[in-house]
Amino acid sequence: MDYVAVISVEVVYAVASLVLISAGLAIVFGMMKVINLAHGEFMMMGGYATITAVNYGVNIFVAMLIVAPLVVGLIGLVVERLVIRHLYGRLVDTMLATWGLSLLFIGLATMIFGNTTTGISTPIPGFTVGGYQINGYNFFIILVSIVLLVAMYAVLKGTRFGLVARGAMQNPEMAAALGYSPDKIYMATFFAGSALSGLAGAVLAPLVGLVPTSGGAYIAKAFITVIAGGPSLIAGLMSSAGLFGLVNQIFTFAVSPVMGEVALLIAAVILLRLLPQGVTARFLKGKM
Amino acid sequence: MVILPLKEAVTTVLVAAVLIYTLPMMISTYTLSILLIYAMLGLSLGLIWGFGGILCFGQAAFFGLGAYSYAIAAINIGESTLPMVIAMLVPALFAAVLGVFMFYGRLADVYLGVITLVVTLILFKFINSTAGPSYVIGKARLGGYNGIPGFQTLNVPGQPDNYIWGDPFYYVCAVALVIVFLFVTALLRSSFGRIAVGIRENEQRMSLMGYDVRARKTVLFAIGAGIAGLAGALFANWAEIVTPGLYSLGQSAEIIIWCIVGGLGTRVGPMLGAAGLAYLKFLLGQQSMIDNTLITGLILVLFVLFLPKGVVPAVADLWKLSVRRRPRRKRPNRRIRAERVDG
Repeated sequence: MDYVAVISVEVVYAVASLVLISAGLAIVFGMMKVINLAHGEFMMMGGYATITAVNYGVNIFVAMLIVAPLVVGLIGLVVERLVIRHLYGRLVDTMLATWGLSLLFIGLATMIFGNTTTGISTPIPGFTVGGYQINGYNFFIILVSIVLLVAMYAVLKGTRFGLVARGAMQNPEMAAALGYSPDKIYMATFFAGSALSGLAGAVLAPLVGLVPTSGGAYIAKAFITVIAGGPSLIAGLMSSAGLFGLVNQIFTFAVSPVMGEVALLIAAVILLRLLPQGVTARFLKGKM
Repeated sequence: MVILPLKEAVTTVLVAAVLIYTLPMMISTYTLSILLIYAMLGLSLGLIWGFGGILCFGQAAFFGLGAYSYAIAAINIGESTLPMVIAMLVPALFAAVLGVFMFYGRLADVYLGVITLVVTLILFKFINSTAGPSYVIGKARLGGYNGIPGFQTLNVPGQPDNYIWGDPFYYVCAVALVIVFLFVTALLRSSFGRIAVGIRENEQRMSLMGYDVRARKTVLFAIGAGIAGLAGALFANWAEIVTPGLYSLGQSAEIIIWCIVGGLGTRVGPMLGAAGLAYLKFLLGQQSMIDNTLITGLILVLFVLFLPKGVVPAVADLWKLSVRRRPRRKRPNRRIRAERVDG
C-alpha cells in the first residue's frame, strides 16, 4: 500500500515536472510557432537568478516565484527584440538562431559563474510514508504546475489580453486591422514564455546541482513534450506530459532510471510516427 | 551514374594536391588531420541538408556510430581494413532503417528534427549507461562514459603491425576526403542527385512526376550517414579513444553551424565551414579570456541573422557581381506560373 502511494506520488511528480519544464516552450511554440532552443538555458538562468538572489538574502520563495521569472522574462524581452522578431515565420532559422543563443548563454554563464556546480537546499523537509521517504518538495512542484495550468487557462480564456493574443496568433493582419499591434503582442507573449521558463528553472533549481550546461538536460524533454502535444496549448501539454511522465516512471521503477529516460524518448519517437501533428491534432480537437 | 567530366575531376585533384602539399607548412599535420575529418563530417550533412533538404539534428549520431563500430570491430578483428568498411556500413544501415521509419511516415521539417535529435539522445544515454561488464560485443567492452580505449588503429591493409600514424595518417585523411568529395560531386551530377535537388525544391511535384520521394530520401540519408561514419572511423583513429561525447547534442550543433556558416547548397561550403570553425575553436582554446562556446553561439546567431546563405554562396555572388557588373534579372513570370500549378 505504501509502495503504491510512493509510486503514484512519483508518477504525478514526473508529469508535473514535465508540465513545468515545457510550459514556457509551449506558449512560445504554440502561440507564435517559434521553437526556442535556448529554452533550457532560460531555465538555467532562472536557476542562477534564484541562487544569486538567495545568496543576497532574499527569501527563497520570493526568489523562485518573483525574482527569477522577472529576470529571465527581461532577458527574453531583449532576445526577442534583438534576434527573434527578425525571424518570425522562418521556423528553421529561429531554431538555429536560438540554438546559437543557447550556446551563447552557456558561454556567458560559464564566464560569470564558473564551470562549477552550485546549488541551494530544498526549503521543504521530506517525510516518511510507511518505510519510504518522500521528498516534500515534490508536492510543491506538483502544486506549482497545477496553479500554472489553471493560470494559463484563465489568462488565455478569460482575459482581454488572452483573447487578443489568441486572435493575433490566428490572424495577425486582422488583429492589426482592428487596432492591435501584432508586434507588441508577440513581444508580450515571448516575455510571458521566457518568464515561465525562468520560473521552471528556479523551482527545479533546489533539486539539481546547477552548472552552466544544465539547460541541455531539459531542452530535449521540453521539445518533445511540446511537439507531441500538438496544436492545442493546454490540452496538448497535459496529454503528452501525462503520457511521457507515466512511461518514464513505469520504466524507472520496473528497470532503471536510465531505461526510464530511454523509454520516454522511444515513446516520443513512436508517438510522432503515429501522430505526426501531435496528440491534439487527432484527439481533443479545438480545445485550449 | 554519370561519370565526372574529366576536366573537373582533374582540376579538383590538382587543387587538392596543391593544398595537401602546402597546408602542412602552416599547420601541424596532427591538427590538419582532425580538420580534414571534420570537413568530411561537414560535407556529409551538407549533402543531405543542402542538397536533399533533410535537416538532420543527429548527424553526430552517425559520426559516433561510425567511431564506435570501428572501435568494436577493430578490437574483435585486430586488423583495420574490414572495420573501416563496417564503420561506413553500420551508420548507413542504421540511417536507412531510421529513414524508412521517418520518410515513409511523411515526417518533415521540425518533426524530422525532433526525431533525429531524440535518436541521438537515446544513443548518448544508452552508451553512457553501458559501464558494466555485462555490456560486451565480442571482445570489446562498451565502457559507458569511459569510452573504449586501446583498439587497433589504422594499419597498412593486411599488415596489422604496420601502423599508419602521424604524417601518413594525414595523407590518408586527405585522400579519403578527396575521394568522398569526388563521389559527392559525381552523385550530384547523376540523375539521382538532380532528382534529390528537385525533391528539396518541391517534394509534391517530384512525387507527382512519378519519382518515389520516400525511397530516394532514404537512400540519400543513408549515403550521408555512411560518409559521416567514415569520418567517425577516421576520428577514432585520430583520437585513439571513442567516448559517448561523440553523440552529444553539442557535437550535432557544431555540424549544423559549420554548414550554415560555410553555405548550404554548396559542396565546398560545409567543408570550409567545418575546417575553418574547428581551427578557430582550436585557436580560441589557447586563450582563456573569452569562453569558446560563447563565440560559437555568437557566430551562429550572427550568421542566421545577417548571412543566412553562408560564406561561400555570398562570396560567389560577390564574384559574379564584380565580373558581370550587373546581376541577371530573375524571370518573375515563370515563377508565378510555377507556383500556381502547385496550388
